[in-house]
Amino acid sequence: MNAEIRRVFIVLACLFAALVGMGTYWLWRAPDLEARRDNPSLVVRQVTVKRGLIYASDGRTVLASNVRREVQGRTWFLRRYPRAGLAAHAVGYSTLGRSRAGLEESQNDFLTGSNGDFSTALDRLKDKVAGDVQEGNHLVTTLDATAQRVALDALGSSCGAAVALEPATGRVLVLASTPTYDPNDVESDFAAIEGIRAQCDDPAPLLDRATQGLFIPGSTFKLVTAAAAIDSGRYDEDSTFLDRGYCIRYGKRVTNYADQDGPEVFGRVTLAESMEHSINAVFCDIGTELGPQLLLDYAKRFGFYAKPPLDLPSQERVASGLYEDGELYEPRAASDVDVGRLAFGQERLLATPLQMAMVTAGIANGGLVMKPHLVDRLLEPDGSILTTTRPEALGQAISPDAAAQLSRMMELVVESGTGTAAQIAGVRVAGKTGTAETGRDGRNDTWFVAFAPAESPTVAVAVALSDQAGTGGATAAPIARRIIESLLRSSA
Amino acid sequence: MSLRNRELLHLLAAGLLVGIGFASVYLAREAVVSPSAVAYVAVVGAVLLLGHATVRLTIPFADPYVLPVAGLLTGIGMTLIYRIDPDRALRQSVWVAIGLGVFVVVCALLTDHRSLDALKYTLGVASVVLLALPMIPGLGETINGARLWIRLGPIEFQPGELAKVLLVVFLAGYLRDNREALRGRGRLPLPSPKHAGPLLLVWGGAMLVLLGTNDLGGGLLYFSVFVAMLYVATGRATYVVTGLGLFAAGALAVYRVTPHVADRVQIWLHPFDDPSDKGYQLVQSIYAIASGGMFGTGLGRGVLETPSGTTYIPYLETDFIYAALSQELGLAGAAGVVLLFLVLAYRGLRIAMLADDGFSKLLATGLTVSIAIQAFIIVGGVTGLIPLTGITLPFVSYGGSSIVANFLALALLLVVSDSVNRRSFGIQERQAIRLLRERRRP
Repeated sequence: MNAEIRRVFIVLACLFAALVGMGTYWLWRAPDLEARRDNPSLVVRQVTVKRGLIYASDGRTVLASNVRREVQGRTWFLRRYPRAGLAAHAVGYSTLGRSRAGLEESQNDFLTGSNGDFSTALDRLKDKVAGDVQEGNHLVTTLDATAQRVALDALGSSCGAAVALEPATGRVLVLASTPTYDPNDVESDFAAIEGIRAQCDDPAPLLDRATQGLFIPGSTFKLVTAAAAIDSGRYDEDSTFLDRGYCIRYGKRVTNYADQDGPEVFGRVTLAESMEHSINAVFCDIGTELGPQLLLDYAKRFGFYAKPPLDLPSQERVASGLYEDGELYEPRAASDVDVGRLAFGQERLLATPLQMAMVTAGIANGGLVMKPHLVDRLLEPDGSILTTTRPEALGQAISPDAAAQLSRMMELVVESGTGTAAQIAGVRVAGKTGTAETGRDGRNDTWFVAFAPAESPTVAVAVALSDQAGTGGATAAPIARRIIESLLRSSA
Repeated sequence: MSLRNRELLHLLAAGLLVGIGFASVYLAREAVVSPSAVAYVAVVGAVLLLGHATVRLTIPFADPYVLPVAGLLTGIGMTLIYRIDPDRALRQSVWVAIGLGVFVVVCALLTDHRSLDALKYTLGVASVVLLALPMIPGLGETINGARLWIRLGPIEFQPGELAKVLLVVFLAGYLRDNREALRGRGRLPLPSPKHAGPLLLVWGGAMLVLLGTNDLGGGLLYFSVFVAMLYVATGRATYVVTGLGLFAAGALAVYRVTPHVADRVQIWLHPFDDPSDKGYQLVQSIYAIASGGMFGTGLGRGVLETPSGTTYIPYLETDFIYAALSQELGLAGAAGVVLLFLVLAYRGLRIAMLADDGFSKLLATGLTVSIAIQAFIIVGGVTGLIPLTGITLPFVSYGGSSIVANFLALALLLVVSDSVNRRSFGIQERQAIRLLRERRRP
C-alpha cells in the first residue's frame, strides 16, 4: 500500500504546484489586468491621488474639485463639481463606478500627475519618498464661465448645442449642450440623470450635442458651397443668377424654403443676395455646376470627414459629412450624390455644431482654420505653469479674399436677410441661418452660425437645435446673439 | 530534542509569525480596527498551547509537525479575518476554541482509534444523514445557490464538513475489510456484484448529494477522497480512471440539467465575458491575486473594500480568503500557504505509510487527502484553475463547522500517529513513557 500512498502524495504535490503556477500566470498577466476599468486597485489608485483642479478661463472659477474622505483608514479624494451642469460636457466626470468622460478622461494623466512629464515625475517621486499624497496637475480651460451660463440659459429646455470659438486661436470659449446634467449625480444619483426631460424624444443628457450631435446643416452649408464657388475662381459675390423659385434635379423640383419676408421667386439676383435670402434654387444651380467632388473637397478643407482635433476623448467626437446607415459615407461617383441638394446642406449631410463653428471661425480668420482646443494651460500643484497650449493652424481652407467676400455676404444676412434677429447695436455681426427639414412636421433642425465684430472677429459661434417648429433665424439666431453679446462684453 | 519539545518550538514560531501578522494589520489599519485584537491572538495562542499540552499528556508519540502547521494555518486565517472584519475574528476565535475542545476530547478519550472500526457502519449512515440534512425543508438553508447549511436557532451549521470526516472513517473500515475482493483477479478489477454494489452506492450517493445541494465542490471532494482511498486499498489504477470517468459523466449530466452548475463552468471558461455580473466574483478574485504581485501590498494595505465599506469580493472571508491572502502577502505568501498544506499532506501520508495495519493506513490517507483536496478545490477555484465551487479553505477560512470538523480530523490523524509511533518503537505504552522520563533525567 505504501507505493500507492507515495503516488497519492506525488499527485497532491503536482496539484499544489499547479496552484502556484496559476498564481504565477496571473502575476504575468497583471499589466493588462491592471488596465481594465473595473479593477478596484486601479480605481483606488485613482481616488487616492489628489486630482488637479479644473478651472474656467479666468483661472478662479472652479469647475472640478475634490472632497477628502477617510474610508477604512485610507484617505480618498472624491471628485466634486461645484458648478454642477455648467460645463458638464466639456469637463466630464471621474467616478469610482462609472469611470470617466470629457477632460477628466482625456487629461487624466495630467490630472493625476501620472503623465510622462519630467518635472511631474520628479514631484511624484518626492511625494512618494515623503509619504505625501500624490497630487495631480491643475487644468485651466479656455471656457468663459459667464458666456457658458448665458448659452445654457439661452438654449433652455430645447435639445441643442452652442459652440463659440476664438477665430484667431481656436480657443473654445463656449461648449454647451442641452439638456445638461449635474456630473455629481453620475456617482450618487444616476436615476436623476436618467429622469432629465427636454423638448425632444430622447433627451440623452450625457450626449455632448456640441461634439457628438449630428444635425442636418441645411443652409449653413451654403457657406461651404459659396466658399468653393468663390475660392475656385468660378464665381464671386457679384455673380448673377436667375432664380425661378425652384431647381430641377433628376426631374424633381426643389423649391425655396419659404422666406417670411421676401418674395417666393426672386428673379435675377447676385450671389450675395442669394446668401442674404438663402435662396435654395441658386445654390442648387451652383452645386450642379461645381459638382459634388469639389464641394466635398472644400468641406474637408474646413475639417469635414475627420474627427475635429479637439482635446476631448476620441469617443466623444464625431466627424461630419455624408452619412449612410449611420456610417460616414464617401461617394465614389458624382452620380451617387444629389449635388443640388448637397449644395444647400441637405442630401445625407450631417454636421456637428463644433464643425460648423470651425467653418465659421475659418471664414472669420481670413480662411485659416485653427485647431480648436479646451485646455489653455496646465499648472503644477503649487500653481506655477507647466505647459501652455499654443494656437495651431489646421490649414488655409480658402483664400483671404474669398473669406472677405463671404464675410460681407454674411453681414448682409444679419443686416437685411434671414438673420436679422442676431443684430447687436453698435456691432457688425456676420451670420448665416439654417433651417433643415427632417421630413417630420415641426421637427426641423435649426441653425445659426455667426462671428463678430465682422471687421476684426473675436468670436465665432454655432448654435444648433433639434425638433424646432420655427426657422433658424427665429429660434437659433437670438441664442447666438446672446452668446456673442456676453463674450464681447467680457473681452471688452 | 523530544518530539513534543520540537512541536512546542514550532508552535512558538508559528505564534510569533501570527503575532507579527496581527501587529502589522493593527498598524496599517489603526483607524478601523480595535486594540482588543490582542485578545484574539491570546485566544488562538492559548488554545494551541492547550492543544499541545493535551498531546503531550495523552498522545506523546504523535507527529510533532502536524499541530504547528495546522496552528499556523489557523493563525494566518485569523489574521486575515481580523483584517477583513474584526467582529468575525472574535466569532472565529470562539469557533477555534470549540474546535480545540473537540480536539482535546478526542485525544483524551479515544485511546485506540481502531475501536472506530466497529462503529464504521453507524458512522457511514450518520454521514449520509448529515449530508442529507440540508435537503430537509425548513431546516436547510440555500446560500449562494448551494443548499449546504442547516439553521438551528442562531447557529448556522454546515453538516457536510462533519460528514466528510465520518465518511473517511467508514471508508477506511469498509475498504480494509473488502480490499481483496475489490482488487479482483486478473488484469482488470472485476469485483463481484456483492462488492461492487456499495461502491456504486457511494458514487450514486455523491451524485445525489451533488444534485440535491447543488454542491459541485463537495461532490468532487467526497469523490476524490473515495477514489484515493480505493486506490490505496486495492492498488488498482483502473479504479482511479473509471472513477474519474464516472464522476465526469455524472458531472456532465448535472451540467446539462442544472443551470447553477452550467453557469459555474461557463464563468470558469470565460471569466471576462460578464465581469460585472456572473463573472464578477472570479474576475475580482483574479484582480486581487494579480495586483498582489510577488510580495503583496502588505497586510491591511490591499484594496479589499469599496468606499462604502463592503468588500469588493463577496464571501471574501470564507471562500475567497485565498484572494485576500494573495493580494496582501503576494505570490510568496500564497505559495507559502500552499506549501503548508503540502507539508501537512506529507506528514499525514507519512503517518499512513508508517502504520502497519490497513485500517490505520486508510484512515490516515483519507483524513489527509480530504484536507489537501479541499484546499486544492477552493484555491483552484479562486485562481481560475478549475471551476469555482463554494467550499472553505481548511483551517484558514471563516466558518465554524469547517474549523470544528478539521480539528476533529486533526485529532484522529494524531491519534493514529501516536499509536503508529508507539508500535514502531516496539514498546508497550507504560514502558514507553517510563523510557521517555528516564531519557529526560540528566
